[in-house]
Amino acid sequence: MSELSVPHLLGIKYINEADIQLIFETADQFKEVINRPIKKVPSLRDITIANLFFENSTRTRLSFELAEKRLSADVVNFSAAQSSVKKGETLIDTVNNILSMKVDMVVMRHPNPGAGVFLSQHVKASIVNAGDGAHEHPTQALLDSYSIRERLGDVAGKNVVIVGDILHSRVALSNIFALKLQGANVKVCGPKTLIPKYITSLGVEVETDLQKALQWCDVANMLRIQNERLDISYFPSTREYVQQYGLTKPMLDALDKEIIIMHPGPINRGVEITSEVADSDQAIILDQVENGVAVRMAVIYLLASKIK
Amino acid sequence: MSQKVLLTSKEINIILHRLACQLIENHLDFKDTVLVGIQPRGVLLADRLGQILKNSYGIQDLKLGYLDITFFRDDFRRSGKPLEANSTQIDFIVEDKNVVFIDDVLYTGRSIRAALTAIQSFGRPTNIELLTLIDRRFSRHLPIQPTYRGRQVDAINDEKVIVHWEEKDGEDNVYLINR
Repeated sequence: MSELSVPHLLGIKYINEADIQLIFETADQFKEVINRPIKKVPSLRDITIANLFFENSTRTRLSFELAEKRLSADVVNFSAAQSSVKKGETLIDTVNNILSMKVDMVVMRHPNPGAGVFLSQHVKASIVNAGDGAHEHPTQALLDSYSIRERLGDVAGKNVVIVGDILHSRVALSNIFALKLQGANVKVCGPKTLIPKYITSLGVEVETDLQKALQWCDVANMLRIQNERLDISYFPSTREYVQQYGLTKPMLDALDKEIIIMHPGPINRGVEITSEVADSDQAIILDQVENGVAVRMAVIYLLASKIK
Repeated sequence: MSQKVLLTSKEINIILHRLACQLIENHLDFKDTVLVGIQPRGVLLADRLGQILKNSYGIQDLKLGYLDITFFRDDFRRSGKPLEANSTQIDFIVEDKNVVFIDDVLYTGRSIRAALTAIQSFGRPTNIELLTLIDRRFSRHLPIQPTYRGRQVDAINDEKVIVHWEEKDGEDNVYLINR
């Protein structure tokens, strides 16, 4: 196996375990590349990539752009705020206009779930989903698993708990798919109002007691409360949420083992985790960011090799 | 498909010792010289030469690395099969060093062209030499020639030269295969 089974990366749901391993093995090589004095390779010098961000992003957008530039691709950036989308243009029209300028690949973030899948059916370009509403964020899940693999050697058989707003989180959904594919055990933890009703059908368990979940797990992935997506009140107050689901250093110290703390960012310090935890040796949050570039380079490189 | 043995294990051994001596002649104690095996097949030759230099000729402080050229190749998306990456292990700086590229077969010269670009990511070497076990004449696409060659072979384009190493393939042999 040295080729991805798909022409687009729309979600972890659409790829298989061998694809994940291929991405990781390729990312290993790119991680070495980005630690060289000169961090650039010429592979994609004849590929043009459009980054279409219909929703705000700092980390993901920078990470994709760096990955593309380190592969020597030509990059054009587009953000909805300054575009003709505001004038009433449809998604397909916007993208087809960009593609007429000879763009080979589109990296898209969009507030609507399924926007990437929809686009892949209507335009001729390789699509990478950089987050579509509350649906999927596949590269985040890949870099999370890659970071676990880097720290613990393997993902299979590890116990991972995802804590926080599972209901609105594309990171949670993609992570569940990716972790299950690789044979990890997954629990989700959070207020019942923020856990989808049928989540157990994905093969994950629900735990509402954070301390119990921490005692069980090897890795805790702490998610942010997505205030921008909370249309109604899902819990009484942020203070109460922090009391029940905020991760603190004393909670970690009370465990009889050392677990790994992950966070996809942006962190709300003092809400889902305290500063003390975020800055501790157990937190691999900045490793995740570094690995993000290598993993995205691998995804783009492997997809680009399929462009004819 | 027919195959012919170009070099036997004994001949390979003699050639490797000659190449090692030629390297010593030019680089003496290897103080400012680094050997770089080109992934994937050149590293086996580089390892073997490294062992000979250490064990038979007492070169102690030998710096040996592996360079993967996958991301620097000029046939990305052009060759039928996908390119698979191997690991690069260069834990020294090549700035102001003499670099010796080591590969098993020199054919079109395109791998070496890629290696010349790839090595720049690790600094600016004083000079770069090329050592190959087999030099296929008449097939070069680029003006690249080896500094040290094991054996020059006249092979036409339908033919393939394959080097087998004991560590990987169970035997030391060089075959000429007619497809």
